[in-house]
Amino acid sequence: MATEAKVDPMHQFAIDRIAPLHLGPYDISFTTSAAWMMVAFLLLLVFFALGSKRELVPGRWQVAAESVTGFIDNMVDVNIGPQGRIFVPYLFSLFMFILVANFLGLLPLAIIPGAHAFTITSQFSVTGVLAIMSFSIVIIVGFWRHGLKFFSILVPHGTPTLMVPMIAVIELISFMVRPISLALRLFVANIAGHILMEVFGSFIVSGVHGGLVGWLVSLLSFTFVVAVCALELLIAALQAYVFALLTTLYLNDAVNLH
Amino acid sequence: MPQITQLPEVFASQLFWLAIFFGLVFFVIGRGLLPKIQSTAISRQEKIADDLAKAQAARAAADETEAAWRTRTDAARADAARIAQQARQESAREAEVRIKRALDEIDANVDRARARIRASVQAARAEIEAVAAEAAQQMVEQLIGVKIDSPDAAKAVSAEFESAARERGRNQNLGQESERPRAA
Repeated sequence: MATEAKVDPMHQFAIDRIAPLHLGPYDISFTTSAAWMMVAFLLLLVFFALGSKRELVPGRWQVAAESVTGFIDNMVDVNIGPQGRIFVPYLFSLFMFILVANFLGLLPLAIIPGAHAFTITSQFSVTGVLAIMSFSIVIIVGFWRHGLKFFSILVPHGTPTLMVPMIAVIELISFMVRPISLALRLFVANIAGHILMEVFGSFIVSGVHGGLVGWLVSLLSFTFVVAVCALELLIAALQAYVFALLTTLYLNDAVNLH
Repeated sequence: MPQITQLPEVFASQLFWLAIFFGLVFFVIGRGLLPKIQSTAISRQEKIADDLAKAQAARAAADETEAAWRTRTDAARADAARIAQQARQESAREAEVRIKRALDEIDANVDRARARIRASVQAARAEIEAVAAEAAQQMVEQLIGVKIDSPDAAKAVSAEFESAARERGRNQNLGQESERPRAA
């Protein structure tokens, strides 16, 4: 019992196979991670299918759906301009997918015995792929629209000629770091919050067995978990927005240079 | 950290299923449902702008109609006032004419009646003169025994009557003047 009560805060990030599946040499088993991606997709599908009734006087659901699309539309309009229209579906998908994934990870499913929420966006493999995808789109759009002139992104306006090589190297590094920072930011924000909640949650459980001081510790930890939960809800929305916004800004660089 | 320790064994699966489900999100929602929602919002905005413009136009039209109506009613009112004035003048003139005619008729009647009265008075006077002359003849004959010819008696009586009638006629003329107040 004592060994079982010991909580491994990292266990929540482990991926379990649900249905083993192989494609040639690759293991593409349907995992808990894939299942939660599916849940995210289905939720989004239901939400936006109900929200696209195209009524002139919208119902509540339609207003909700339209406010999200309007939010992304506005973000793209402000940061890229009319030329950014074609990126709206991608940025919208990115934002919604990350947002729903973040929120799904915060669902208190652990109160059901044997179940626990899984946060897709706490997987570096997922955030990394999304970041590389965004970065690739930026590079493709940049070279497609501007050709080799896209390299001028490495030289800010007003750089003295003597400084150009050095600045270019620095800018190149900062440019190449973009996908990594993009992926790490989301991943770290999620993993840190979840570890915090798990750790303080385990404090509550172990404190219950430790007399009066233990109860105080439990109470304090509980208060802290509530606060962290609220913070995590904020971070879930914020990180989705930050990911989408940074992708938008990078796309703006590619579309309009600077 | 399972994300790192598990990475080699789950990476292919993660990539595969992310591609599938993010792809579904992108194609089904991002490219399928999103444009519908956007176009609905845009068409609503257009409809609202359109309706507002229509309402503005309708209001302008209403204002115009009201102004036209006002000028029309003003004109009609002025017309009515003019016609009423005319009618009033017309009827006043007509009434005047009718009153004048009636007065003339009354004057004529009065004149006729007066003539008749005068004729009767004259006839009566002639009769009285005759009777008076005879009476005077007889009185003179009885009183002083002088027989007077009837023409002489008639002449004397007539002279006497004449002077009396003159006296009375003056009075009558005065009364006639006060008897006829002229209407306007």
